Amino acid sequence: MIHIKRLQEDGADVIALVGEIDASSSIELDLAIAKSVGEGFTKILVDCSALEYISSAGLGVFMSYIEEFEDKHIKMVLFGMNEKVANTFEILGLNELLQIGMDKVQAKKLIQ
Amino acid sequence: MNYRYKVGCSIENLKGVRDFIRASLKENGVQDLEISEIVLALDEMCSNLMIHAHHCNPDDLFEIHITVEKNNSVVFEIIDDGTVFDINQFDEPGIDSIIHEKRKGGLGIRLVKTIMDKVEYHNRSGKNVCRLVKNIHFPKP
Repeated sequence: MIHIKRLQEDGADVIALVGEIDASSSIELDLAIAKSVGEGFTKILVDCSALEYISSAGLGVFMSYIEEFEDKHIKMVLFGMNEKVANTFEILGLNELLQIGMDKVQAKKLIQ
Repeated sequence: MNYRYKVGCSIENLKGVRDFIRASLKENGVQDLEISEIVLALDEMCSNLMIHAHHCNPDDLFEIHITVEKNNSVVFEIIDDGTVFDINQFDEPGIDSIIHEKRKGGLGIRLVKTIMDKVEYHNRSGKNVCRLVKNIHFPKP
C-alpha cells in the first residue's frame, strides 16, 4: 500500500512516497513520475523518507526512466531513504545509476 | 523451528507474505538488514509465481514453508501445483539491457540469485517445490 503526494518547491516537483511499493503498487509510482514528466517538470525530487519497503517492481520503475530522462534532460534525485531501502538499491548497484541524496537539502544541491 | 503459510495468488496478498516471513525470522533472532534482503527475494519469487504461473487468480493457493536450522541456515520452500517457473533457466539480463529495453521485470531474478545461497526445484508427490536456502550468521547468544 503506497500513498503518493506531490508538491512543488523551487521549480522542482517533489514526489513523496509513503508506505510500501511492491508488484501491486508499483504502477502508482510509475503514474506519478509519468504525470510529473507530462506536466513538463525537468527537476524531480523523490522523497523516500516515509518509504518503508520497495520491491524489484519499484526498482524497475526508476530504472525504466533513466534513458528517457537523459534524452529529455530531466534530472531526478531520490533522498531520505532508511537503511533497509538504501540497501535494496545497493544490492544490484542501482545507487550508482540513480542520483541519491542523504536529505532534501543535499538532494536540492544535486539537482541544480 | 518450522512455519507454514498458505496464500492465494493475488498480488494484494504479498504484504501478508512479507509480514509472515519477517515475523518468523525475527522470532529466531535474524538481524534486521538480513531479514529485509530475504523478504525482498521471497517477495520476488511469490509475485513471479502469482503473476506468471497463476495469472493472479486469487482462488489458486500455494504454500510457503520456513525451516530455521539453528546457527546455520534458513530453508524456504514454495510449494505449488502450477507451471514451474525455474529462474535457473533464465539468463538474467545485464543492467544495461534492463535500462535500454525498459524491462521493468528484469531485476528480480538477479536480486534473488544475489541474495540467496541456493535455489533448487524439486517435484514432491506431484507438487512443485522451489527450495531457497540462505546461510545465516546468527548473532552469538
